[in-house]
Amino acid sequence: MSAAGRCCPPRALAGLFVWRLRNTGVPQIPCQFVHLYHVANNRLITFQYFNFLKRMYVTQCNKDLRQRAKPKVDSIVSPFHELQQLDQEKKIVHKNSPVSPVHQSGSETSSINELRETKSAVRTEDSIIHVGAESKEDRQWKEMKLRLDDLPGILARLSKIKLTALVVSTTSAGFAMAPVPFELTCFLLASIGTGLASCAANSINQFFEVPFDSNMNRTKNRPLVRGQISPLLAVCFAASCGIPGIALLTLGVNPLTGALGAFNIFLYTCCYTPLKRMSIANTWVGAVVGAIPPMMGWTAATGSLDAGALLLGGILYSWQFPHFNALSWGLREDYSRGGYCMMSVTHPGLCRRVALRHCLALIGLSTVAPVLDVTTWTFPIISLPINLYISYLGFRFYRDADRSSSRKLFFCSLWHLPMLLLVMFTCKKSVLEKEDKGDLPGGSHQTAMEIRLP
Amino acid sequence: SEPPPPGFDAFVELPRVCFWGGAEVRAVGNADPGRGRHRFRPPAHSRSDWIGPPDPDSNLRPIIFYAPPGESALERRLREARQEAQASNQRFWARHNRAFRQEKEEFIYSRLKAKGLEVRDESGHKATLNAEEMADFYKDFLSKNLKKHLQYNRDWYKRNFRITFLMGQVALVRALRWLRWRKKNVEQ
Repeated sequence: MSAAGRCCPPRALAGLFVWRLRNTGVPQIPCQFVHLYHVANNRLITFQYFNFLKRMYVTQCNKDLRQRAKPKVDSIVSPFHELQQLDQEKKIVHKNSPVSPVHQSGSETSSINELRETKSAVRTEDSIIHVGAESKEDRQWKEMKLRLDDLPGILARLSKIKLTALVVSTTSAGFAMAPVPFELTCFLLASIGTGLASCAANSINQFFEVPFDSNMNRTKNRPLVRGQISPLLAVCFAASCGIPGIALLTLGVNPLTGALGAFNIFLYTCCYTPLKRMSIANTWVGAVVGAIPPMMGWTAATGSLDAGALLLGGILYSWQFPHFNALSWGLREDYSRGGYCMMSVTHPGLCRRVALRHCLALIGLSTVAPVLDVTTWTFPIISLPINLYISYLGFRFYRDADRSSSRKLFFCSLWHLPMLLLVMFTCKKSVLEKEDKGDLPGGSHQTAMEIRLP
Repeated sequence: SEPPPPGFDAFVELPRVCFWGGAEVRAVGNADPGRGRHRFRPPAHSRSDWIGPPDPDSNLRPIIFYAPPGESALERRLREARQEAQASNQRFWARHNRAFRQEKEEFIYSRLKAKGLEVRDESGHKATLNAEEMADFYKDFLSKNLKKHLQYNRDWYKRNFRITFLMGQVALVRALRWLRWRKKNVEQ
């Protein structure tokens, strides 16, 4: 039985298999393939002709076969499920023979057209193999029609949703580290606003980079590259995320956070993205882009850009280098061919030096944290092992300069950052302690929830 | 009620006047030099563009553009801009990637020769250099082509903006036309 034999509601099936009305004025086109789907529970038989895909509905009611052209159900519903076809083509050959007897048994009301077509289908069995090779390439051609049920997935990939989630989590970390009583609404507004801003920036980045993304293995399956969405829609989506996002930050949180968000979008889309193809300075600009979200979290909570915000930004800034330089080490061929100016290609020595330098800087910044009253002195002590470990891997990368050391450093950076932020949060200097000392910063909040920390 | 404005997909289809087989459309559709080899023909009743698998040379996906029978001047400008951009991108990347492959082969060959090794080892497999040895080639290739890339970037950004702007105009015109048609229908 065909794969369509599984239980589906008739409407969904209709949606899957609906095609155009057959214009009776059009002369008979010899068909190359015939599919027979018999969905037992729905009593629906469709014929599918492969030249190119004309379908009719034949419904079986009370043992009569009646031909009825079903009107197009919904333009939005996907008209043709290529994946299903892929599986079912193989079943063509043995489907052809049962067609005739089934058809002839109830054929008093079925049209003559169908019998003729069925017979020609049986005749064309031989041509199936020959046509199969051609149609393999043909199958890879997709209609550029936006399907609404695919849209959420497409937009998720367009906005690089996983990266956005990471950015939002660094913003939350910045918010949590701010030495003010925790306010839930402000926290949520800051997170959502930052998330929207990040979606907008990522979409514009993909909009700018279509031919380059096509040529790199890592990025060749992006929605704009595959034509799943039009550039216009990508820009509209970016605008519809970015404008509300920045508005939310400016009006719902505070203007400083909104300004930082807008600046970050500008920096990422208009500075970093074009600079990637012009100069290696793009890495430093990109590091600033990564450093701003935690600063936004901090300013969302406190309303001002003080030393603690700069420290958090500094930690994220330094982290970007071992993370990105290690990643780029394995992509040198793609960068070289794609025309991207990256340190790993043009200045490999500098690439490794900078990565090591910033691993060591992380140790330094962790030590500065208690000085600025962001954390207690336990933080540099507890974070020393993980900082030393990443520095060790950075040193190995610097010395060995090979694929395995770069991969080790990259994967270490992936868990190093969340762990560092977590340790930082647990070592956060208690707000109450500060109150006792009489230097609680920030304005008073009516609905404050004070967190007691160990 | 009168039929909906042509070129708008949300309604019952108008009878097809112009098929893919129409000479003018096909000639326009195949205007790009690199597309003669595409044997694929979209279905006769389809009213959208079709996008194909990545080209082996340029890694770009070719698009066969649909020219509706009642195509306005603005829509034609958009389609031609997209075709031109596609052709230009195809030319650039096909040439660029071919040059990369060729120069890479030459580099590997010369390095192997310098080391005194053969291009193919005993088992008949092609000898390759590891990533560290190739690094010199990658650096060299990138710096040689930097100027070419800067020029291409400028062109690509300009084209991309222009095409997207035209798309916006076309979408706006279509939306207004649809609203007018809807209003007329409601009044009737």
